[in-house]
Amino acid sequence: MTVAYEPVIGLEVHVQLATDSKIFCSCSTKFGLTPNSAVCPVCLGFPGSLPVLNRKAFQCALKVALGLNCRVQEIVKFDRKNYYYPDLPKNYQISQYDKPIAYDGSVRLMSDPSRVIAVRRVHLEEDAGKLMHDQDKTYSLVDYNRAGTPLLEIVTEPVIRSPDEAYEYLAILKSILLYLEVSDCNMEEGSLRCDANISVRACGETKLGVKAELKNMNSFKAVKAGLAYEIKRQTDLLESGGKVSQETRLWDADSASTRTMRSKEEAHDYRYFPEPDLVPFHVPREYLESVRKDLPELPAARKDRLLASTDLSEREVSVLIMEKKIADFFEAAVRLGAPAKAVSNWLLGDIMADLNGKGLTIDNYGLTPFMLAELIGLISSGTISGRMAKEILKEAAQTKLTPKELVEKKGLRQISDQGEIVSIIDTVIAGNEKSVTDYRNGKTNALMFLVGQVMKHSKGKANPDIVNRLLRDRLG
Amino acid sequence: MKTYNEYLKRIDEVDGRIRAFVHIDREAIHEEARRAKQGFLAGVPVAIKDNLCVRGEPTTCASRILAGFRPPYDAKVVEKLRASGALLFGKVNMDEFAFGSSCETSCYGPTRNPWDTGRIPGGSSGGSAAAVSSGEVPMALGSDTGGSIRQPAALCGVVGLKPTYGVVSRYGLIAFASSLDQIGPITKNVADAARLLTVIAGHDERDSTSVERKGTDYTKALIKDVRGLTIGIPKEYFIAGIDPDVDRAVKKAIQCLRDCGAHTVDISLPHSRYAVSCYYIIAPAEASSNLGRYDGVQYGLRGDESRGMIDMYSDTRTRGFGAEAKRRILLGTFSLSSGYYDAYYLKALKVRTKITEDFTNAFKQCDVIITPTTPTAAFKIGERVNDPLRMYLSDIFTIPANLAGIPGISVPCGFTGEHLPVGMQILGKHFDEETLFRAAYTFEQNTDHHLKEPPL
Amino acid sequence: MTNEKLNEQVVRGVAKLSRLNLSDDELRMFAGQLADIIRYIDDLNRLDTAQTEPTSHAVSGIKDVFREDTVKPSLSPDEALTNAPKRIGDFFGVPKIIE
Repeated sequence: MTVAYEPVIGLEVHVQLATDSKIFCSCSTKFGLTPNSAVCPVCLGFPGSLPVLNRKAFQCALKVALGLNCRVQEIVKFDRKNYYYPDLPKNYQISQYDKPIAYDGSVRLMSDPSRVIAVRRVHLEEDAGKLMHDQDKTYSLVDYNRAGTPLLEIVTEPVIRSPDEAYEYLAILKSILLYLEVSDCNMEEGSLRCDANISVRACGETKLGVKAELKNMNSFKAVKAGLAYEIKRQTDLLESGGKVSQETRLWDADSASTRTMRSKEEAHDYRYFPEPDLVPFHVPREYLESVRKDLPELPAARKDRLLASTDLSEREVSVLIMEKKIADFFEAAVRLGAPAKAVSNWLLGDIMADLNGKGLTIDNYGLTPFMLAELIGLISSGTISGRMAKEILKEAAQTKLTPKELVEKKGLRQISDQGEIVSIIDTVIAGNEKSVTDYRNGKTNALMFLVGQVMKHSKGKANPDIVNRLLRDRLG
Repeated sequence: MKTYNEYLKRIDEVDGRIRAFVHIDREAIHEEARRAKQGFLAGVPVAIKDNLCVRGEPTTCASRILAGFRPPYDAKVVEKLRASGALLFGKVNMDEFAFGSSCETSCYGPTRNPWDTGRIPGGSSGGSAAAVSSGEVPMALGSDTGGSIRQPAALCGVVGLKPTYGVVSRYGLIAFASSLDQIGPITKNVADAARLLTVIAGHDERDSTSVERKGTDYTKALIKDVRGLTIGIPKEYFIAGIDPDVDRAVKKAIQCLRDCGAHTVDISLPHSRYAVSCYYIIAPAEASSNLGRYDGVQYGLRGDESRGMIDMYSDTRTRGFGAEAKRRILLGTFSLSSGYYDAYYLKALKVRTKITEDFTNAFKQCDVIITPTTPTAAFKIGERVNDPLRMYLSDIFTIPANLAGIPGISVPCGFTGEHLPVGMQILGKHFDEETLFRAAYTFEQNTDHHLKEPPL
Repeated sequence: MTNEKLNEQVVRGVAKLSRLNLSDDELRMFAGQLADIIRYIDDLNRLDTAQTEPTSHAVSGIKDVFREDTVKPSLSPDEALTNAPKRIGDFFGVPKIIE
């Protein structure tokens, strides 16, 4: 008899909050500065320095707490997590232990709204510096610019059932964070990082299996691949009578596999205790309600609203709302009078493809909602064809000229004048007697050829619908 | 008033015997003095305890592990001193990282008590107290975590004040135990303590635990009148085991204040007996974390790096810290470690609550509380080094104020049969330094103990 | 029970956590002294604190101390690195870590 195994996954996400200055000092959080130039006695942990909490970091944490439907602590305190590592200037990290700023939250999946991923805790802490091992042959190098960047750690309960679910949770979480404008969620620059706890157990078993902690996954796709690999590895181990050992494993994208980083024997004793250098922070309920009132509309609510107010499918809306800027673009174009369906088709089709191809985002693409609405207007008025529109779209994005300006400039105006088209048709009929005969003998394919010839003669400017209709009339 | 040059001369004369100074830059002092000095402390020499950061000057906490460290910033109190026109007069000795009550754990060797150079000056601010007592400077800054200002002040026959926690910014004070540390003045007389506190007190946006209060001129509290003042006398602080000479001197001082018109009332601080135990959990625990940063990565001593990172850490710390620092790091790490946290650290935080409540209750009946500052006068160098517990008990009367965060001042109140100074401790309500000054000043103006000079 | 809490084995573990190397003599000395201290400290157990809240700050009532999110000048790399035992370019150098 074979036993079926199921995975149990919990995710731990670290998000850098989009503040200008660090969490406990006034140094800049900008990415890519000269090494050790955005540092001060506080973030370097020099003797005698003291932390003071950044108000915006705290407010961002509250927004996320509410955005993830969490309960929020009335009195927030910080704790020290003690461990030795050269990227940690004080050899303790100011973090939160037994009273995270928020707890008991939830994220509802879009693919299956009955699935709710429980969020165990959300807490604020400081980031560590950056270590480089390959620059020098005898030394590792430390840059403390990143040390003290505000981080929010968001931890789920072990309730995720598959790599796909993990991927979707991450995509929705990122979407919420972008809607809340609390982080740029840029994974390349490390502003969003994800670790996973993963175990497998026989289906029907209620106890959790021995878990591995999975690190070093640099994209959502890597999380998915890493989890899939681990599920297979652990399942194979158990099926062959082996045991999973509790350890930290690194995902290696090159070999598409995981390997042991450290085992539990070397586990830390972090000696958490209340941070005496910071005072307690109160979150009065009235204040919390005012933060809640000021929250922007979040993806789930937006999805419901767009489903109700447009003729778009659930799938289309789900994709549109994921990225706040795309959704904003969509709504702006619709407000300018363009039909929702057309805007959605353009956004999810040609525009997304062009963005992906060029590695751009909608806000640095060059296209405005006005341009898209105008383009759609030009198509529906018959001024340009759909095919012309595809070209104009790309050119508009590049040149910043509006579609109307481009049509004028390039003389691309579609020929819809019947007299003009009829005279082209007559020329084509005269020069293609065989095709005309074929058509009249029932070969409908010949019509396609003749339409093509008319389009060619008009240099693509004739309105294809009108060509089609007039040609049929003409051929009887 | 003596000129700063006379103070420099005095240092030349006596510091070979006292060894209060660990660093003094005479050129820099002359240069500072040449600039026109204005302000509340214009031209007044102030010695700085070696755990306070002075920009570009060696700041070592009397520890090998900070050898060569020159902070690129000033402590807030140092900034304030500069702004007041004071002359920064070098760095003075202390117990390593303020761990001690005798100045014997300093990597520079012990400072001597000016009243008997065979004895300790007290600690950890022993250098500050000895420098003031021997007339090398009129004022010094110390820091007090469990008595480190008041105890050496008492043993050296000078005035030492630990302000309410939060009155003076800790920014730039190299932390021992962050929830207990306070910087304060050590001076020849009460008026100077009030002057110095007026300069260093005040809110600092860089210290979250510093208190927002309006600028206070503490010299206005120098009132020679205690009529109507109620003094609490806690029975738990006048017990068997304290030196009879100390007991006699403090009781005589209380009688003096009574004669000046103060009332006394017997009070009880029943949990004070647990203060030393409570303190030796909390303070080392915080210290073990605060001292984690001394690892040879960014500053100070670096040990052998040939065997990798972890060995570099341990070698740096093993060579850099003295025995008492190691003892406290071990004790603090133990009480925070998993399995012991609840039984020790959490328990101590709860006992701290009880000790604080004792004071809150007591201050319903009285305005100030008077106790001996220390159970005995200065002991001999070497007498307690090998008995840490006995050393810890030297601070039995001063520790409760740190746990409760209340202010305390030690003023000279007499001498033992061996002609060693005795200190009287006056404790007050949170942020009521003014009443401490009033009581201390009235006592001082009615006695002459503060006028006596050590036989150097 | 008390005496066994801080035996040499516990002290060895704590020393490792603290990144301190102790010789056998030191281990024996510290274990003995720390056991004495802990024995004294165990006096706290005579107090019933079941209903008592812990105090982790000396003065209660100070709360909600924030700074605004504004960038102020940092140290220059030279200032930051002036005390560095090992400086390599604008970096702090530490013995190589192999992950």
